[in-house]
Amino acid sequence: MALQSLDIKQRSATTTPSPQARQTIEIAKLIDVSACIGCKACQVACMEWNDVRDEVGNCHGVYDNPMDLTEKSWTVMRFSEIEEQGKLEWLIRKDGCMHCADPGCLKACPAPGAIIQYANGIVDFHQENCIGCGYCVSGCPFNVPRISKTDSKAYKCTLCSDRVAVNQAPACAKACPTGAIQFGSKEDMKDYAAKRITDLKERGYEKAGLYDPAGVGGTHVMYVLHHADKPDLYSGLPVNPSISPLVALWKGATKPLATLALAGVALGSLFHYVMKGPNEVSKEIEKEIEKEDAQ
Amino acid sequence: MIRDPKDLKRYDASERANHWVVGISFILLALSGLAFFHPAFFPLTQLFGGGTWARILHPYIGVFMAFFFVLMFLRFKHLNKMTDADREWLGRAKEMMDGNDHNMPEQGKYNGGQKMMFWCMTLCMVLLTVSGIFIWRAQFSVPVDLARFGAVIHAAVAAIMIAMIMVHVYAAIWTKGTIRAMWYGTVTRAWAKQHHRAWYRQMTGK
Repeated sequence: MALQSLDIKQRSATTTPSPQARQTIEIAKLIDVSACIGCKACQVACMEWNDVRDEVGNCHGVYDNPMDLTEKSWTVMRFSEIEEQGKLEWLIRKDGCMHCADPGCLKACPAPGAIIQYANGIVDFHQENCIGCGYCVSGCPFNVPRISKTDSKAYKCTLCSDRVAVNQAPACAKACPTGAIQFGSKEDMKDYAAKRITDLKERGYEKAGLYDPAGVGGTHVMYVLHHADKPDLYSGLPVNPSISPLVALWKGATKPLATLALAGVALGSLFHYVMKGPNEVSKEIEKEIEKEDAQ
Repeated sequence: MIRDPKDLKRYDASERANHWVVGISFILLALSGLAFFHPAFFPLTQLFGGGTWARILHPYIGVFMAFFFVLMFLRFKHLNKMTDADREWLGRAKEMMDGNDHNMPEQGKYNGGQKMMFWCMTLCMVLLTVSGIFIWRAQFSVPVDLARFGAVIHAAVAAIMIAMIMVHVYAAIWTKGTIRAMWYGTVTRAWAKQHHRAWYRQMTGK
């Protein structure tokens, strides 16, 4: 939904600037993993607000349900049991789109306007412009977008762009019973995180810290982690995510260079013809053949 | 329709049909593929009924082309073995392009440049087909790094192939009397003697 037509920062497959007259404040969602109890209220609130209902699946003998993000489950809680310093820890991470400042999905997308980054930091998919190629899946460093089996469109968390547009917190943040999901300006969220981290450090989590990875320019969904030095403990949260160099090569240098090369070959051929003339059969040989025929 | 009965037959009907099936597929693939490659070309998707249709059709046209390319490869591969004369021809290709073919070595049905084109096209087709499978998300799902790798290879090789086809088409336009070989199959004896003298001797016994 293009609700904030003036607040667009970037638009997929678009080479000219988007309207930038209005400046909005950068927002962020802060997920305090240390305060999460794994109740899944956020998952329910997400489906409720966005009117999506996933298929009822099967129990796999673990708490994760559904087992993975789908085109209808835009957020899932991932549970991991680990041992740190001889103690069992149950780490529960709410997974979903990180709303990168440098979004790999948007970079990879070939369809104009199918992926929009708002000035407030939200990266939103506009399914009406999506062609279903799945390039966003290749572009994403966090493995978030899902292509629907029914309509072949890509789906993911919208950070409740429709709610945020009218000054409401995302549905998940609204529903969280422990305050593990906070929402506000990115600056405020960083301040809030700093307090949480100080608290965690006092409680013995010396490596507690904020997950706001610089490799993707920072994210608009951030985590407070008790073990910020080992993000991969949290069901494989990438340690240092960035847009894959392959995607950067494909959507970076290749595009203009190849386009120029093709234009060069086309123009080169034209000018070769103009400057060197056609490659005709010589009069000499034509005469030889005529002579043969006359015999 | 005036045809000299002494014209030389260069391609039979099924070879010509095979060539054009591949050629038309290539044009459709290039147009739809460029649309996904650079935003400047995205409007080309309108030729296919919009972005989603272009995305759906492109890989099927690709499979279709790959099949007919294999047939064409099998038909022509024995005519495309590189010889010393071909290597010499390639070494002097610049003279040829300058419009001076006096010192060019005698060529058979295909010259060194055409043979190079044949083998480069074959390599491109193999790379495009394999990398295309990696990025055909509607049908296959591969590890994400393979899909990323496939996307780079597909884009780069496709650009190379489009450039080579431009050269292929231009060479046919540049060398007068060539295109008719692919329209209705024959060339004049003078054409053959000028451009492919060894083939001319073989065909006429002179």
